Amino acid sequence: MSREFIFRSHPGIGPVVEGEALVSQHGFSARYDMNRDTGVISRETHDLYGQSVVDKICFFTTAKGGVATAWALYDMKMRGVCPKALIFGTTNPIMVQGAVLADLALMDRLEPDPFAIVETGDHVRVEPAAGRVVVTKQQVDSPF
Amino acid sequence: MQLNEAEQALLDGKGGEAARRAIEMQIKVGDFFQAERFVVVSSAHVMADSEALGEAGIRFLEELADLGGRCSVPTTINPRGADFVHFQLLGQPEDVVARERRIVAAFENLGALAVNTCINYESITPPRFGEHLAWGDTGTVIFANSVAGARSNFEGGPVAIAAAITGRTPAYGYHLDQQRQATVTVEIQATPREPSDWGAIGCWVGRQVSDYWQVPALTGLRIQPSITELKQLGASLASYGSLAMFHLVGVTPEAPTLASAGNGHEPTQRIVMPPDGIQQVYRSFEPEHEQPDLVVFSAPQLSLVEIRRIADLLDGRKVNPNVQLLLTTNHAYRSLAERLGFVTRIEQAGGLVLDDVCFYILHTRELGQRHGWRTLVTDSAKLANIIAGYGYNPVLRPTAVCVEAAVSGRLPW
Repeated sequence: MSREFIFRSHPGIGPVVEGEALVSQHGFSARYDMNRDTGVISRETHDLYGQSVVDKICFFTTAKGGVATAWALYDMKMRGVCPKALIFGTTNPIMVQGAVLADLALMDRLEPDPFAIVETGDHVRVEPAAGRVVVTKQQVDSPF
Repeated sequence: MQLNEAEQALLDGKGGEAARRAIEMQIKVGDFFQAERFVVVSSAHVMADSEALGEAGIRFLEELADLGGRCSVPTTINPRGADFVHFQLLGQPEDVVARERRIVAAFENLGALAVNTCINYESITPPRFGEHLAWGDTGTVIFANSVAGARSNFEGGPVAIAAAITGRTPAYGYHLDQQRQATVTVEIQATPREPSDWGAIGCWVGRQVSDYWQVPALTGLRIQPSITELKQLGASLASYGSLAMFHLVGVTPEAPTLASAGNGHEPTQRIVMPPDGIQQVYRSFEPEHEQPDLVVFSAPQLSLVEIRRIADLLDGRKVNPNVQLLLTTNHAYRSLAERLGFVTRIEQAGGLVLDDVCFYILHTRELGQRHGWRTLVTDSAKLANIIAGYGYNPVLRPTAVCVEAAVSGRLPW
């Protein structure tokens, strides 16, 4: 049995994609938080430390770091070591600029707040142009 | 976004394929932030070192140049990842130098000024009140917005070069009056005496207020800071807080009073930095060893005044043989420092003055592993922040204390 949640926002960036959610309660910088060669989060204090962002629909609360992330996303995309989509609580210009060059799906300011609902492993469909995100939760059937 | 005739022509490809790609990227960014129009910029500043670009980024620049892309406004380039004269002394591999040479060539073909500096605001394209800019490197943006009252967002490399080609940028964020209002008041009860003390204030505030869309108004300081001190404050606020603008009440042009910083709206949030706040920051950078491996003056690149101060502090003394002493600046200031005798004095003491680079983009993780560098002493709060992510043990201290550590080979506290 599954249950569907729909989130709305202003139009985002990039193509329609579907995949598995990877949810963090922390921010994200492509230069300072991860190993760009492998796509694994490398900052020891990050709540996704040791996990791979590759091909995931990643949820982060904020966009952090300097201007290098704008190049980093493109480099990761071209090497096939990249998330499928980035969804932020609130993003910053650098992350958006990087997503434009990389043609990577990116959205922010979803309603309602996804961080209280979406969990790692949920199935997510991201529709940036429509400003829509559909999350499907697999629910374990009650034994009774 | 509403496009005028010139912008529509660029989008229609009448300015060539490079300009079409450039404005198409800019429109996507503008639409995301609900920008209604473009503003004309008077200069662009592009961050594009080899570590950030990767092979894909270098090819992107080369292709733009091959497609006939040309900068239509003065365009400066941020520091690179290798000093072409001193790279062997540092033990940097040839392939890093080769990649940096490709980047320089691409920018020269694009008609940019390949000056490799992060202090373009000091001498090459000084910002003017009210003008619109498309600058990358967070330290340059926060300086332009706050100290000069010019207007720029953080423009990452790809869109900064796009703005250089089109001569414009989407009007959102810090180009608009409403985004430039103070959102939080910070009462500073500490008393800064040194440039690094201002960096420590930036660190303390940036740790509390870390969101691109927040603008702190700093009050309570009765000191008129120097440009060097404002440079350290801004670079540090941008590094710790991802901030693009601050107001220093009574100093910066849009904040003669606290009320004007908020444009008539009092910020709702208020925080207080206590009298010992600067010492708190220094204490948060504890050395693991009494012996430092290196002492670095960098991030941002040093001005002539800063280089001279270090030459004076070192005068006639020798750097401890177990310590590497490095300074970074741009080519113009290094040439002047050479002519004025500062470089000789620093080299005779055992230090190295690198040009065109900044320490943290020298593929610094690998450099540290190669040399066994761990404990790094610096007077730059920004460098102390970044380098912690590269396997170093950063120790932030005032400039004179850093020089003592280099000479004695020990950290005095």
